[in-house]
Amino acid sequence: MSANVTLILVAAALIGCGVYLVLERSLTRVLIGVVLIGNGANVCFLVAGGRAGGAPLVGETPEGQMSDPLPQALVLTAIVISLATIAFLLAMAHRSWQLNGHDDVQDDVEDAAIRRRAATEDADDEFSGHRDSDVEVFEEEGAS
Amino acid sequence: MNALVPLPVILPLLGTGATLMLSRRPRIQRLVSMSVLAAVVVVSGWLLYAVDRHGPQVLWVGGWPEPLGISLVADRLSALMLVVSSLVTLAVLAFSIGQRMTGEDQEKTPVSVYHPTFLVLVAGVSNAFLSGDLFNIFVSFEMLLFASYVLLTLGGTEPRARAGTIYVVVNMLSSALFLVAIASVYAATGSLNLAQLAQRLPTLDPQVSLVLQLLLLTTFAIKAAVFPLGFWLPDSYPTAPAPVTAVFAGLLTKVGIYAIIRTQTLLFPGSALTDLFLWAALVTMIVGILGAIAQTDIKRMLSFTLVSHIGYLVLGVGLATPTGLSGAIFYVAHHITIQTALFLVVGLIEFRAGSTSLLRLGGLARLSPMLAILFFVPAMNLAGIPPMSGFIGKVGMLQGGLQQGSALAFALVIGGVVTSLLTLYAVVRTWSLAFWRTPEQARDLTATLPEMGREAGVVAEGADVVAHRGHVHVGPVTVGVRELEEAMRLQSDEEPDRDLYQLLKDDDLPHRVPRAMAVPALALVGMSLVFTVIAGPLYAYTDRAAHDLRTPSVYVDSVLSGSRR
Repeated sequence: MSANVTLILVAAALIGCGVYLVLERSLTRVLIGVVLIGNGANVCFLVAGGRAGGAPLVGETPEGQMSDPLPQALVLTAIVISLATIAFLLAMAHRSWQLNGHDDVQDDVEDAAIRRRAATEDADDEFSGHRDSDVEVFEEEGAS
Repeated sequence: MNALVPLPVILPLLGTGATLMLSRRPRIQRLVSMSVLAAVVVVSGWLLYAVDRHGPQVLWVGGWPEPLGISLVADRLSALMLVVSSLVTLAVLAFSIGQRMTGEDQEKTPVSVYHPTFLVLVAGVSNAFLSGDLFNIFVSFEMLLFASYVLLTLGGTEPRARAGTIYVVVNMLSSALFLVAIASVYAATGSLNLAQLAQRLPTLDPQVSLVLQLLLLTTFAIKAAVFPLGFWLPDSYPTAPAPVTAVFAGLLTKVGIYAIIRTQTLLFPGSALTDLFLWAALVTMIVGILGAIAQTDIKRMLSFTLVSHIGYLVLGVGLATPTGLSGAIFYVAHHITIQTALFLVVGLIEFRAGSTSLLRLGGLARLSPMLAILFFVPAMNLAGIPPMSGFIGKVGMLQGGLQQGSALAFALVIGGVVTSLLTLYAVVRTWSLAFWRTPEQARDLTATLPEMGREAGVVAEGADVVAHRGHVHVGPVTVGVRELEEAMRLQSDEEPDRDLYQLLKDDDLPHRVPRAMAVPALALVGMSLVFTVIAGPLYAYTDRAAHDLRTPSVYVDSVLSGSRR
C-alpha cells in the first residue's frame, strides 16, 4: 500500500495544533483542540484507505479503481460520535460559565492544595508571582 | 444457541427506548428497567453455561458472509465478565431505585434521564465484552462513555461540572488515540476483525506490530487507569451520586482491563512486554495505595484503592502465564463485585450519617451495627484476608509471579504483599475512625485541628488557612490543609455545616436505612462471599478461560470456521 504524504502531514498538523489548544486553560479552546485532534484522526483513516478511486459501486467503477469504502464508513461513524461529544462539551462549558462566570478548567482538588502551598512558599511561588507581575505590566501598558 | 449472543446488548437498548417513552410513568419505567436487567442476567448465565459446554459462540450480525460483517463472540472470558457485570448492574439499579424512592431531598435528579442512560451504559459494557471487531469495541466504548458523561454530571452542580470536565476531556483524547490506533491497524493489515487480525498481525514487521500494540495498550491503559495514565480517576469518581460511582468503579476500568487482556492475548501473543507490564503494575499498586492512605474521605480513599488494585490485574496480565492470567480473571470478577459493594455501602453511610468525611463520622457501629458489618466484610475482602476471595485471587497471581521467577517478578510479589497490607491499614483506619470511636471523640479530635493550626501559627484568627507545603506540622502530628479547612468550617457557627455529633444532638438524622437500599448492598456483599464458597469451580473455570486465551486458535477457529452452531 502506498501512503499519501500530504494527508499524513495534514493529519500531523491538525493533531499538533489540537494538542497545543488542549493544553490551554479555557474550555472553549480545549474544545477546539479536541475537534482538531478528532479531525486529524479522521484524516488518518483516509490515509489508511489507500489510494483514492471511483465510487465503490458495482457497474459504475471497474473493480480495480474503486476506493476503499470501509474507512469512509468508519469516519462517518466517528464524525457522528464526535458531533455528539462536542455538543456535550459545549453544554459543559456553558454550565461552567453559568456557575463560575468563566469556562476555565478548574483545578483538581489535590492540585488546588499544591497551588495554595505554592502561594505561601517562598521558593515555590514563581508561578503565581509571574502571573501577578504579568498582569501588572499589562495594566500599566494599558493605562499609559 | 448463538442467537443468545446479541441479547445482552439488544435488551438494554430496547429497554432504553421503552424507558424513554415511559418517562412520565416512573413506576412502569422502574419495572421495565429492572426486568430488562434481570433478563440480561438470565441470558448471560445461559451463555456462560453454553460457552463452557460447547465452546465460543459466534454471531455474524446481519447475516453477512463471514469475514465481511461484524462478529459478536462470547468465549469463556467474556461470558464470565457478562455474568458478573449484569449481576452487579442489577444490584446497583435496585439500590438507586431504593435511594430515589425515599430521598426526594437527596439528589435533584431527573429520573426520566437516569434509567435510559443506565441501560445504555449496560448495553455498552456488554457490547465491549462481546465484540469481535476492533471498531465495534470503539463504538461500545463510546456508548458506555457517553452514558457515563451524563451520569457523572447529573444535576450539573459545581463539583460535578468540575470533575466532569476533566473526565470528559481525558476520555475524548483517549478515544481520539484509539481512532488513530484503529486507522493504523487497518492500514497495516486491511482488517479490523479480531480473528483476522490474529492471523495477519504475526506476518507484519515486528517493529510495526510493536507500534500498534503500544498504541492500543496506551488507549486501554487510560480507560483502565493504569499508572501513569490514571490520575483522572480519583478526582472524577467521588463527586458522582453513590450508585453511579459504584457502577463506574466496578465496571468501567474493568472494561479497559478486559480490552487489554483480549488484545494482548489474541493479537500479540508473541510479544508479551512482560517487563513494561510489571513495572506499570508495581508503580500503580504502590502509588495508588499511598494515595488511599492520605485521604480523609471514604469515597476518595476507595477510589485510590481502586487504582491500586488495578495493579494486581496488570500484574496477572503481564505475566502472560496460565497461572497469572487465570488469577487475573478470577480477580477481575472478585474486584468488580467487591468495589461496587463497598461504594454502595458508602452510599448507605452517606445516607445514614449525612457525610463520608472521616472528620465528621464516628460511632456508626453503635448507630447502625448492620452497616458496620456490611462495611467490614467487603473491606476485609478487599484487603485480602484469608479465606475470602480477595486472598484467593491474590495468591493465584503471586504464585504466577513466583513461577516466572525473574527479579522483577519477585519485586512484584513483595510489592503485592505490601500493597495488600497497606490496603488493610487504610480500610482498618477508616473502619476504626468511622465506626469505632464515639461521635464525641470525632468532634473533639476535629476541634483540635484549628487549635493546632493556631499553635503552629498558620491559622490567624479570622484569616484563611495558610499552611506549609499543603500540610500543617504540629510536633509529631501532620494535618492536611483541606482537612483543616473542613474542621474550621465545622467549628464556625455561621455556616450551617454540621458533623455527625451535631446531627445526632439535633436529632436530625434519618432513623434507618430503607430496606430497598440495604438489600442490594447486602446482596452484593453476599455475592462476594459466594465467590469464596465456589472458588474451586470458579478457579477451574478461569483456568479453562486462561487456557483458551493462551491458545488464540480456539478463538480464531470458532469465528472463522464457517460452521454455525
